[in-house]
Amino acid sequence: MAGEARIGKIAFGGVIALIGVVFVGVLVWTWLARNDLKPGPKAEEPSTPAVIHPVTIRTPAGIPRVATGEVDSQGQPVTIACATCHDTRQPNYETRSGTTLKDFHQGLHFAHGNQSCLSCHNATDYDTLKQADGRPLEFSQTLMLCAQCHGPQFRDYQNGSHGGMQGHWDLTRGGRTRNTCTDCHDPHHPAYPEVMPVFPPKMVRGETITPHGENHP
Amino acid sequence: MSEPSGECGSGCGCKGGGDDKLFSRRNLIKGAGITLGAAAFAKALSPLAHWTREATSVDEFLQKHYRELTKVDLEVVFRRLEREAKQQYGADVTISDHRPQAGVKFGYALNLSICIGCRRCAEACHHENNHDRATSNSYIRVLEMTKGSMDMEKGNVHYDHPVPHPDKFYMPVQCQQCDNPPCVDVCPVEATWKEADGIVVVDYNWCIGCRYCEAACPYHARRFNWTKPVIPKEEINPKQSYLSNRIRPQGVMEKCTFCLHRTREGRMPACLEACPTGARVFGNLLDPDSEIRKVIENKRVFVLKEELGTKPSFFYFFDE
Repeated sequence: MAGEARIGKIAFGGVIALIGVVFVGVLVWTWLARNDLKPGPKAEEPSTPAVIHPVTIRTPAGIPRVATGEVDSQGQPVTIACATCHDTRQPNYETRSGTTLKDFHQGLHFAHGNQSCLSCHNATDYDTLKQADGRPLEFSQTLMLCAQCHGPQFRDYQNGSHGGMQGHWDLTRGGRTRNTCTDCHDPHHPAYPEVMPVFPPKMVRGETITPHGENHP
Repeated sequence: MSEPSGECGSGCGCKGGGDDKLFSRRNLIKGAGITLGAAAFAKALSPLAHWTREATSVDEFLQKHYRELTKVDLEVVFRRLEREAKQQYGADVTISDHRPQAGVKFGYALNLSICIGCRRCAEACHHENNHDRATSNSYIRVLEMTKGSMDMEKGNVHYDHPVPHPDKFYMPVQCQQCDNPPCVDVCPVEATWKEADGIVVVDYNWCIGCRYCEAACPYHARRFNWTKPVIPKEEINPKQSYLSNRIRPQGVMEKCTFCLHRTREGRMPACLEACPTGARVFGNLLDPDSEIRKVIENKRVFVLKEELGTKPSFFYFFDE
């Protein structure tokens, strides 16, 4: 009788232990099989070595020409090169606005600090620009002309946080085109112009607008 | 308490023996009540029957969760969705699967000193991501903010005057791709999750449209498809991805994915390319030479509602 009781106790203990093992096993298995944190498969890595595609900075149109206001026999506007007039005229270093001029450039809106025309235009060769130290600069290189004074903007431009761009963030997979200064800023009045906003959001049903805004988005 | 004999026993005062008569007043009222109740129940369920008949094919109903689909399953699903786009919109579209690149985590930064509030980003998003034309939906809201306040809840989206107004600044808000996304935590069916490159995505075919995520998002970045999107055939962007800009079904949530169908191919998001002032900076946070890292390291950046602990991957900054 005593032996049977002991066997019963051992069997009972075994069953309890088995239940425990199964319980813990199921818990561990569920934890291992959880998939809520798995982010899904990654893309296969390209086997070819990475090529760095170029970043192209848009070049400004070349040497400018000035409209005369006349049209030719085909109806095309007649433009002339800067040198046509400026080769034979004395430069005036005081001119700061088109309104004081008698022949050309009267309508030119100028609002660029205290600069005079010849701060940037080269009086010895009007087909080029003039840097602060007097050296000439091609019209295609205007970015460097602006950078002389606008250091922080040039620094941000070089770091990629100033100026619009198109193309690829990943230069191993494609190139990029970047705007130059004069794509957005008119050099004669460089402040970005006021524009009318596009694409007004439609009212959600039940939404109300207070007269001075301050409504829930 | 002696019960008067001959009554039904409920104390209602009726004469007993109602079970003898089939057409007693009591039985008639019972019958009418049951009929009315059954009719009301059938009527209440009828929209459900209508909805299931209209929207869900058997294949769609039996489709597994995106992360459980094999490559072969995915191909089958994509071809089916392309067929549906052809049937319902008449457009030839390509749906593909864009997966995260190893070693890439996306970050986005926006220069509030430069943004002029022209809303071209919102418009580009609308077209790129095949949004409903009727509601002018977009993943981007541009808030007009009073200078001196950083409370986005006080921003106005319905401004209608030349911008930038001298007393205001403009703050476009879209999905911040949080590292601790509350919208993912609340989803009861795991239809939305965060991927390895940081993008929070939605399986539009798994979403049940409960809108918990919309309520949980502190940035108002999630949108609900109240209706089936209306888009003219010729305006549909045919280059689509399962997790991003494919045309969404009715009754599901959607959100900004940083244009993963473009960015996982190495391209810039549509909102960045549309920005006329260059206020947006996008790139790989894990690449120390990237533009986005230079912004974070050199500018005074901040995130929206930092106190909520959502850890956004979207940064705002001002030039000094």
